Amino acid sequence: MFDGIQRRVVSLWFPRLASDQILRRCPSGAPFALTLKQSNINRLYCLNAQATQQGLHPGMPYSDARAFCPNLQTAPVDLLQGQRFLQILCRWATRYCPWVGLEGRDGLVLDISGSAHLFGGEKGMLSDMRTRLTRAGLSVQIGLADTRAAAWALAHHGEGLASPGDMLSALQNLPVAALQLDEKTSTALTRLGLRKIGDLVAAPRAPLTRRFGPDVLRRLDQAVGQQPEGITPLADPPHYAVRMTLPEPIGLISDVMAGTERLLTQLCAKLKAQEMGARGLTITLRRVDQDHQEVELRLARPLRDPHRILPLFERGLTGVDAGFGIDQLRLEATQVEALPAQQLTHVSAAQKGHLEDLITRIGTRIGLMNIQRFLPADSHIPERSFIIAPAAYSDPASGWACANPRPLRLFPPEPIMATKPHPPERFRWRRMSLTTARATGPERIAPEWWLEDDNWRSGLRDYWRVETTQGRRLWLFYTPQSPGWFVQGEFA
Amino acid sequence: MYNLDPRIFPSRKARTHEVCGPGADVFAFTLAARIRGDVMWVQERWEPSQINPNGFVEFIDSASLTLCNTKDQTETLAVAEEALRSGAISLVVMHLTKSLGLTEGRRLQLAARDGKSTGLAIIPDGMGSNSAETRWRCAPVFDSRFISQDSTLQKWELIKNKSGTLGVWHVRWDPASRRLIVVSPTGK
Repeated sequence: MFDGIQRRVVSLWFPRLASDQILRRCPSGAPFALTLKQSNINRLYCLNAQATQQGLHPGMPYSDARAFCPNLQTAPVDLLQGQRFLQILCRWATRYCPWVGLEGRDGLVLDISGSAHLFGGEKGMLSDMRTRLTRAGLSVQIGLADTRAAAWALAHHGEGLASPGDMLSALQNLPVAALQLDEKTSTALTRLGLRKIGDLVAAPRAPLTRRFGPDVLRRLDQAVGQQPEGITPLADPPHYAVRMTLPEPIGLISDVMAGTERLLTQLCAKLKAQEMGARGLTITLRRVDQDHQEVELRLARPLRDPHRILPLFERGLTGVDAGFGIDQLRLEATQVEALPAQQLTHVSAAQKGHLEDLITRIGTRIGLMNIQRFLPADSHIPERSFIIAPAAYSDPASGWACANPRPLRLFPPEPIMATKPHPPERFRWRRMSLTTARATGPERIAPEWWLEDDNWRSGLRDYWRVETTQGRRLWLFYTPQSPGWFVQGEFA
Repeated sequence: MYNLDPRIFPSRKARTHEVCGPGADVFAFTLAARIRGDVMWVQERWEPSQINPNGFVEFIDSASLTLCNTKDQTETLAVAEEALRSGAISLVVMHLTKSLGLTEGRRLQLAARDGKSTGLAIIPDGMGSNSAETRWRCAPVFDSRFISQDSTLQKWELIKNKSGTLGVWHVRWDPASRRLIVVSPTGK
C-alpha cells in the first residue's frame, strides 16, 4: 500500500434505515412501508421485512401495494429526519475508529486500519457492530475489505469479508453492478456476457475503455486497490463556548464584567472566523461553593461585536449573587445565525445599531416577542391588512397601498341599535348619544371565503364613515345578510 | 391659515408631555410626524383596540414605529424610561391607565433629559401628573365648512404649560403637504 500499514475498510449498509427508524419507536409485526410523493404519485420508499415477504418492493405505486396487501400500514417519509439519523449513526460509529464517512443515503464507511485489535480482531469488531445495531433495531449488512469500493460491493451483495491483500478472489463472483456503475453501463456489460467482476478482470482493457469510457476500469481498479479512493469524515460542528478559571475568587461587578469582556473577545473572534453571529448567549458563573448561576441574553440581531454585546450583559450580571466569590466563568453562544461580512457604507449605520441594542435591553425585561412592528399584508379585510411581527425577527417594510381612507384606530366590532340599511340618524355608542352629521359610503367588503374567520360569519359588510356633530368620526358597518350595525374604528 | 407657535408645538424636546381626550392618538401621530425619527409605542397587552398602520400612513411611515406590549403600567414605565434614556428613539408614546406619582413622573423627565428625546403619555381624562411639561386635551370637531372626504379638524387645548401660556387652537392635518394647519374656530 501507500504507507506501509494495511488499510482496512468497513462498509455498513442499512437496507431498511428509514422504516427501521420509525419501527424502533413503535414495533409492530404487520407489513409496514414508508411512502414518498414523487411527481404526483405516492410510491413505496422503504419497507420492512414482512412487507417484502408479501411481494412488495420499493418504487411500487402505493395504490398497487394496497391492492396486493390490504393490511399494509404506511406513513409518509421524512427525508431530512433520515439524514439526521444517519449523522447520529455516523457519530456513534466513531467508537470504532476516528475516520467515519457517510456512504450515500443509507450507509456508513469506516477506515478501521490499526484499530481492529482493540475489539479483539476484525471478526470481533464486526460481531460487536452487528450485535449493537441489531439490539438497536436496525437491520445491517456489513462488508470488510482493503478498499472502499470492495467493501461497498461486499456489503451490498451478500455480505462478506475479504482477506487482506486479495480483493480479487472475494469479488470475482459478484455481479458487475457491485462496482457502483450506472444502470445503463451494467446492463450493456451483462449483454456482452461480462456478468461477473471476474469476467471483467479477464477481459482486455483497451476495447473496454474505448466502448464504455474510463469509468468502468477506474471503478474496477479502485475496488482491487490499484487506484486510491478516499474517505471523507464529517467535520466536527464548530463549538461556540469559551471558559476561564480564576486562581482567586472574584466578587465585584467590575471584575466580572472584565472577565466577561475577555471571554467575549475570544468568542467573537471565533464567530468572526466562521462568519456567524450570536443570537443568544449564556454566561455561567461558578461559585466557590460549587453552586452556579446563569445569565441569559437574547439579542435582537445576530451580533459578534464585543463592544456592543458587553453593555447588554450589565443588567443581568448586576443581579447575580456572588456568595463567597466566583472562580469560573463560562460563556456560550446558545443560538447562532449566519452573519456574513458586510460592506461598510457612508450611511450612518450606528443609529440603527442603537435601536437594536435598545430592543435587546427592553427584550430582557418584557420578552423579545413583545416588541413588534407592523408589516403590510395583502388583504382587503381591515384587520388582516397588516401583520404584527416580532421586531427582532423581521425587517421593516413599507409599501402600504390603500385606496380608501382607513381609521387610525381599530377595535373589535361594537354593536349599536339600528337595523335599516342607511346609517342611523341618532345612535348610542359607549354611553354617548351621537347624531350623524355626514355619512360617506358605502364601501362593500366581502369576506375571504377561503379563510375560516368567525368574525366574518355575518357575511358582507357595507362600511360607512360617519361624522357626528359631537365631533367623533367613526367607521361603522352594516351587515346586509343579517341586519345589524357595528362600530369598528375611529378616524383622525 | 397659519402655523402653530413653534414654542408650543412641536412640544419641547427632552421633556415628557401629556395628552388626554378622544383625539390623543391624532396628537401623538402629528407630533411623531413633526419630530421625524423612530417612534416607540408602548401599551399594555390586554388593550383590545389597535392602532392601524393603514390609518397612520398619512402621518408617519410604519417602518419607523416599534410596538411594545407590556404586562402592566410598571413595565410600561420601565420600558419608556429605558427607551427615553437610550436616545435611539426620538418619540416614546406610552398609554397610561393609572395616575402617575411624583417619583415616576420625575424619573421620566430625567430619562428624557438624558436621552434628549421626547416622551408623550396618553392619559385618561383628569389623571395628569405634576411633573408633566405640558398637558393637552384634544378632541375631534365636526367640520361643517370643509367639504372633503377626510377632514381631520381637531380642537387642541393646552391646559397645562410649565413654561408659557395656555391656549386653544383648531387644527387640521394636511396629509398632502404633511403639515399642521391652524384654522379659525367655526362660527356658531
